[in-house]
Amino acid sequence: MGSLRPLGLERAWLLIFLLPTLLGLALGAFGSIFASIGISFMDWDLLTPPQAAGLSNYAGLPGDRLFNQAFWNTLAFAGLYVPATVIISLFVALGLNRRLPGTTFFRVAFFLPTVSSPTAVGLLWTWIYAQDNGVLNNLITAMGGDPVRWLSRDVALYSVVIANVWGAIGGGMIIFLAGLQSIPRDFYEVAEMDGARAWQRLWFITLPALAPSMFFQTVLTTINAFQAFDYIYILTRTGNGNSTLPTMVFSIYRSGFRFFRMGDAAAQAVVLTLIILVLTWVYFRLQKKWGAPA
Amino acid sequence: MNATAKKRAVWGDVLAFAMLTFGALCMVGPFIWMISTSLKPVAQQYDMQLIPQTLTLENYPRLLEIMPIHRQLFNSFTIAAISTFGQLLTCSMAGFIFAVVRFPFRNLIFVLLLITLMVPSQITVIPQFIIFRFLGLYGTQAPLYLPAFLGGAFGTFLMRQYFLTIPIELAEAARIDGASLARIFFTIYLPLAKPALAAFAIFAFMFSWNDLFNALIYLPSNMETTTVTVGLALFQTQYAGQWPLMMAGSLLAVAPIIIVFFLAQRYFIAGISMSGLK
Repeated sequence: MGSLRPLGLERAWLLIFLLPTLLGLALGAFGSIFASIGISFMDWDLLTPPQAAGLSNYAGLPGDRLFNQAFWNTLAFAGLYVPATVIISLFVALGLNRRLPGTTFFRVAFFLPTVSSPTAVGLLWTWIYAQDNGVLNNLITAMGGDPVRWLSRDVALYSVVIANVWGAIGGGMIIFLAGLQSIPRDFYEVAEMDGARAWQRLWFITLPALAPSMFFQTVLTTINAFQAFDYIYILTRTGNGNSTLPTMVFSIYRSGFRFFRMGDAAAQAVVLTLIILVLTWVYFRLQKKWGAPA
Repeated sequence: MNATAKKRAVWGDVLAFAMLTFGALCMVGPFIWMISTSLKPVAQQYDMQLIPQTLTLENYPRLLEIMPIHRQLFNSFTIAAISTFGQLLTCSMAGFIFAVVRFPFRNLIFVLLLITLMVPSQITVIPQFIIFRFLGLYGTQAPLYLPAFLGGAFGTFLMRQYFLTIPIELAEAARIDGASLARIFFTIYLPLAKPALAAFAIFAFMFSWNDLFNALIYLPSNMETTTVTVGLALFQTQYAGQWPLMMAGSLLAVAPIIIVFFLAQRYFIAGISMSGLK
């Protein structure tokens, strides 16, 4: 792999080709992370010079009602969204892998929400969920039921998870399909000759062979879950600039870019990043323990 | 296969087909509702008919009177096109170097790059916002496309994986003939990587076109210079309840990507599976 060793002038090309990436790493990624950590120890409204604030931005978080709401909402959202997305897209991929008639149509249909702007489709979901004359409530009242306040504080979590899962099934489906197609057909032929039932083939061949895809997809979906923003912004924003389901990203957006409390926003962003890093680390440890090769 | 096993397999197929059909309806249904509503007069918006009683295109010109959505679509397109160019160029250059050239700290740099995949953009956007504001670029479109010229983990990884499938002997032979790294890249590797470039281009364009978070931060309020995603979000707060108009706007925002998706479906799918496992 990569056997060319740069000589003389080629070193210049090497640097030129790599320069954007190195700059991106140094400034865009790691530089920005360190800068955010620095900012999290300050109070800065961008109008007056920054003031040293010590740990106060962090110390204030546990007692901040809005941040607490955002923190628990984010965990609840991820706890529902990740398993739902992974399991449903796995089932869809298993169905598609049976090569039934219409497979191409199904694949396109399931992928459609994934390519569509969540903002635009989110507006459609606001209508589906609208309290007065919303699509769902009209259906419910037509069947004699009572209208539901889909986007109120008590129900918004589930409504928002449904919209987000709806938009994420396509991506997972493709990852699982690629995994399924890389399983050698002989495995199934041998199993069939030995008289293995369908569920046995699924349990002893398909699922173990899909372990790397499942690991990859779970990590990816978890990272996405903690950064979910678009549907939440469109569906749950309230008139006063808050949300019926504020998440950590929503809270960071509000503190940093609506109220320009940069130190507060940076501290929340640091906490969010730590949560994602710790979770990813846990996933990798679990994967090592169970010995699934990825 | 014996007779009972065959019967079971058929029932499994029927069950799978029924579930896929139900799922596909849930996926496509909302889009059909969106199209249908955008073609209804506002007076009939609550009639719950899938096929409009009165077909009309009046919502589109009316939307234009309220909001310069044609400007916003153009802005989104410009930003997405420039971003895509920047990503294609810088990610394929880096991917080529990682795949073909041996140099000190190569693995370290590559691992650092992959780590950035786990870093949420909310932590990097805060200092970047401050810098762009300091540079006087707040409220312009530049902060939305300039970062695309600094590479990125997703694209670099994808291009590297593709370049690794090209036999290294090609590069070695070209070098013996006196070709420079730049020449090898532009005349051999880049032309061979067209499928990967196409897949990545579609993704880069889609991410930029659909982006709401960054556009909200940098172009929050000017209807003329902002993107279509922010335009729709602003429209939502001002014209709540005018569903046919809103659906007309939504349709205009999703249509370009969906059209490209239908035309280049296999590149979309290749892009995801290439990034996934190799």
